Amino acid sequence: MSEANTQAQQDYAIRMINLNKWYGDFHVLKNINLDVAQGERIVICGPSGSGKSTVIRCINHLEEHQKGQIIVNGDEITGDVKQLERLRRDVGMCFQHFNLFPHLSILDNLTLAPIWVRKIPKAEAEATAMKYLERVKIPDQANKYPGQLSGGQQQRVAIARSLCMNPKIMLFDEPTSALDPEMISEVLDVMVELAEEGGMTMLCVTHEMGFAKQVADRVIFMDAGQIIEENTPNEFFNNPQSERTQLFLSQIIAH
Amino acid sequence: MYVTDKILPELPAPSNAKGLVYWLKNNLFSSPLNIVITFLGFYLVYKILPPAIQWAFIDATWVAETREECLGEGKGACWAYIGNRFGQVMYGFYPPAEYWRPNLAGILLILLTIPLFIEKMPKKVWLGAFILLVFPFIAYVLIHGGMLGLSEVGTDRWGGLMLTLIISLVGIAAALPLGIILALGRRSEMPIVKSISIIFIEFWRGVPLITVLFMASVMLPLFLPAGSDFDKLARAMIGIILFQSAYVAEVVRGGLQAIPKGQYEAAVAMGLSYWKSMFLIILPQALKLVIPGLVNTFIALFKDTTLVLIIGLFDLLLIIENVLGSDAAWLGFFTEGLVFAAFVFWIFCFSMSRYSMALERKLDTGHRS
Ligand SMILES: Nc1ncnc2c1ncn2[C@@H]1O[C@H](COP(=O)(O)OP(=O)(O)OP(=O)(O)O)[C@@H](O)[C@H]1O
Ligand SMILES: [Mg+2]
Repeated sequence: MSEANTQAQQDYAIRMINLNKWYGDFHVLKNINLDVAQGERIVICGPSGSGKSTVIRCINHLEEHQKGQIIVNGDEITGDVKQLERLRRDVGMCFQHFNLFPHLSILDNLTLAPIWVRKIPKAEAEATAMKYLERVKIPDQANKYPGQLSGGQQQRVAIARSLCMNPKIMLFDEPTSALDPEMISEVLDVMVELAEEGGMTMLCVTHEMGFAKQVADRVIFMDAGQIIEENTPNEFFNNPQSERTQLFLSQIIAH
Repeated sequence: MYVTDKILPELPAPSNAKGLVYWLKNNLFSSPLNIVITFLGFYLVYKILPPAIQWAFIDATWVAETREECLGEGKGACWAYIGNRFGQVMYGFYPPAEYWRPNLAGILLILLTIPLFIEKMPKKVWLGAFILLVFPFIAYVLIHGGMLGLSEVGTDRWGGLMLTLIISLVGIAAALPLGIILALGRRSEMPIVKSISIIFIEFWRGVPLITVLFMASVMLPLFLPAGSDFDKLARAMIGIILFQSAYVAEVVRGGLQAIPKGQYEAAVAMGLSYWKSMFLIILPQALKLVIPGLVNTFIALFKDTTLVLIIGLFDLLLIIENVLGSDAAWLGFFTEGLVFAAFVFWIFCFSMSRYSMALERKLDTGHRS
């Protein structure tokens, strides 16, 4: 049985089973159950403060959960330091505020983790970095510093930085919400390309409904620390079931 | 409706230099109060500067064999007095025949340090580690001797500027890493590490350096088993290092607190360990932010080394004050000695300050967020 079980676990990139989390007395995640298949692309949306960031930050253990299980690539997260370092190599993350390292050039930002974590030789890491900079269409910025780039460029660098580690899973936490409108599309284009290429499991917290419709396999709607609704994009947008979802959708379409 | 009919060309920025008269008028004579202050300032400079220059340079005696040559009508500063005792000023009671040994150590240190300032020098980290971890032993063997055929020169004979520099360099080189560890410890999530760091820092910050030196020199031997002879200089140095590391720790902690949490999260989210995140991401940024504070601490440390004179170590100041001051052949030139000591200290402190400014400029990568 255990072998069949492991086999089944392997088909999932991420499993969350009765996940609960508190900040002090505040119950921020309530019984989250979510299975994400390998290669699946999921969009998470919901009102501010509903716990979207917290959920995806639990996946790479930037936040600790108190109850329930999270199983990533067949490994249950225990908080063990060595296991975490191993897990995080395969889970990339892009943040709302990019979090590039301002004291390092773009190229050094990209090669840092491959060199220090994956122990890849410098020349090889740089070649890979240039390849991904080309993918995100800014190879000419390699020797600049993050402070010299626009927000959209910085976020594309951040995506390339994650890709350099060759992750199996990518987590995005509102990657476009700190950007000026004209820069949002340049970042979304890169993400769409990445999604359509396939092969990588993607979890994306975003309110870009166009992006969700175009690439998501499933849309998850959260409110007050709970998963309220989960459906294919088509059904989710055209035929929302819960009242909360309908209200939320009417609000984001209204503005 | 309006549509522009031409694209404007780029023009050079207007020049800020509007001439000396404009500058004077704007900065020195802009209001009645400023005019009064300006003239008062000029008057003070006029009263103080010419006599000072007269004394220190024009009327000064630069070379003299005896004290008498410095005395007499219209004679100014007697620099010859410093010159005649230069060996002691520099090396204390170190045997003159062996001056080459500290000299060699100094030259070696300078030669080793130069490559660190060369932009594209590879393997800088190894060189730095060599200077910090291996060079001190080489220097010790050279200066102290007692092995490899070098005659032994005990630390009680070290003195002068050499001793001041040794204490300062060792103090800085050891207090910085220790301070960084303490700062990280104080921000650690492990309660024991955190408490130990806090207690350590607050203890050493709470006692005056003089007390520390006294304890190290007078009280510590009482607790050590009888007969164990622990070098006085070493004891003083350990005291200074522990004392200064507490200050360094607090300066560094200020820098650590200014680094956004997202930097650490981004680093560990890529699989970097705690230590790698600290050394590759957090500390380079934090240390850069606190360069002014660190240099401030180092300058204070450099000047505080003069306190070792109270436990009878003959640093630059004590040599000048005590040894030269009581030399019957050269009585009465105390002022020259102190001016000279002040000048030497000023040169070193000012260089440190200039270097820190240059370093800040060099490391500026144009942060925006
Ligand atoms: N470190 C923390 N300590 C205490 N409460 C927190 C902490 N971080 C988040 N919270 C609270 O937990 C709740 C969920 O936060 P979370 O950041 O996951 O929301 P979100 O859905 O991502 O919202 P947003 O769209 O604003 O990013 C919020 O009410 C927030 O105030
Ligand atoms: Mg959020």
